[in-house]
Amino acid sequence: MIQKLSLYLSYPFVRYALIVGVLIALCSSLLGVTLVLKRFSFIGDGLSHVAFGAMAIASVLKVTNTTVVILPVTMICAVLLLRTGQNTKIKGDAAIAMISVGALAFGYLLMHLFSTSSNLAGDVCSTLFGSTSFVTLTKKDVWLCVILSVIILAVFVFFYHKIFDVTFDENFARAVGTRADTYNLLIAVIIALIIVLALNLVGSLLISALVIFPALSAMRVFKSFRAVTICSAVLSVVCALTGILISIIAGTPVGATIVAVDVAAFGIFCLIGRG
Amino acid sequence: MAQITCKDLTLGYETGVVAEHISFSVEEGDYLCIVGENGSGKSTLMKTLLGLTPPLGGKIETGDGLRLTEIGYLPQQTVVQRDFPASVREIVQSGCQARKGLRPFYNKEEKRIAEEAMDRMGIRQFENHCYRELSGGQQQRVLLARALCATRKILLLDEPVSGLDPIASADMYQLIRELNREGITIIMISHDLGAAVQDANRVLHIGKNVFFGTRDEYLASSIGRYYMMAEEEKF
Repeated sequence: MIQKLSLYLSYPFVRYALIVGVLIALCSSLLGVTLVLKRFSFIGDGLSHVAFGAMAIASVLKVTNTTVVILPVTMICAVLLLRTGQNTKIKGDAAIAMISVGALAFGYLLMHLFSTSSNLAGDVCSTLFGSTSFVTLTKKDVWLCVILSVIILAVFVFFYHKIFDVTFDENFARAVGTRADTYNLLIAVIIALIIVLALNLVGSLLISALVIFPALSAMRVFKSFRAVTICSAVLSVVCALTGILISIIAGTPVGATIVAVDVAAFGIFCLIGRG
Repeated sequence: MAQITCKDLTLGYETGVVAEHISFSVEEGDYLCIVGENGSGKSTLMKTLLGLTPPLGGKIETGDGLRLTEIGYLPQQTVVQRDFPASVREIVQSGCQARKGLRPFYNKEEKRIAEEAMDRMGIRQFENHCYRELSGGQQQRVLLARALCATRKILLLDEPVSGLDPIASADMYQLIRELNREGITIIMISHDLGAAVQDANRVLHIGKNVFFGTRDEYLASSIGRYYMMAEEEKF
């Protein structure tokens, strides 16, 4: 088994996969706590479906670098979804459901109507559940991922306390003059970035799992915001690494394997939390 | 000069007016109690004072060098907070967020302010405990400590004893009384008319009829007498 692993690790694309996997897992877990606590768990899900729709448009338009289309579209939707949080006729969860299934249907429709590929079902499946292998990752993809991850990490560390402030008590934050809207917008933009990043790894249906599972697991055991954040980041990285390695050895789909490991970790943390 | 002066305020949202013709002023060291029926606009008034909701009409002026962001605010608990994983220290410290500005971390001075506030509220021994595991009364003390980090002048309390048992409520009123004696202006919204009016030196009653005056004037007015009677009939 170790032989098989070291053989695989000698291929550059496997190493790329590990780097990208770890970075995506790290970034996606950071905002998990905030999203879960703001009751926005499903925003990741909604946005990833939007990303799916955007990807369909990009492939119909035959854009080679699909990120150019997906990123702005997802960001705009993220901003719209967070904006509709309060005082609107369509409440937050309903708005997310609407946008999410709408984008999903629209995307599939477009792919069906205009696709030139002979293996449509395969294309759709890999967009929804992540590619079965990482062969498609190029050096450019990896660099893009590294740069975006560094930006996300830096922004998160710099605004860590502000994110805590607007998550714990938005009204208090506003009352003492913190510009809560700006920080909510920042949170939305970071989520959109993370989702676009994670789209290749786990596919659009499984992204929310990467975002919420580590946070929920950490919340079972730890008692301060800082401990929960650090624990969910570490846990997410460990789960992603384990998942990728298992998928290499057992030949299982990468995205689904990582999520399965996350679910198992959640079970373990639940038991620890009770004990 | 009064710390806060409101002139003929009209409160409400885009959807409609909630309350109008509200005028009152708060002097340094006052203990103002805001009472009124459900839906009379008490919470809206508080949001307007905090600058969360702009007034539809009228004016809010501040004096004595008070800025609107220097008001310490004790909000009602939200659903989010009930299962929020945060330590007491983290929450109290967040009261210094305005002082901190864009600096990414809290400095020594801000940590000291937070520690002082915890000492004052008697919750220093819980500083590393999880907020959601504290009792209702202790949670209110944490939020009060946070409000104290944000201000030295004026506190706005939104139903500070809602959800507390009678002993914790009495304890909370005692704390508020002490802070008021130390010179901090108190503005409090309350349902608990009897207890509230006992401590307050001024009363603002909003609803169909608006009343603003000292406590004794309120108790002597027709609207105040009517309300105190209803309060006594509860028992």
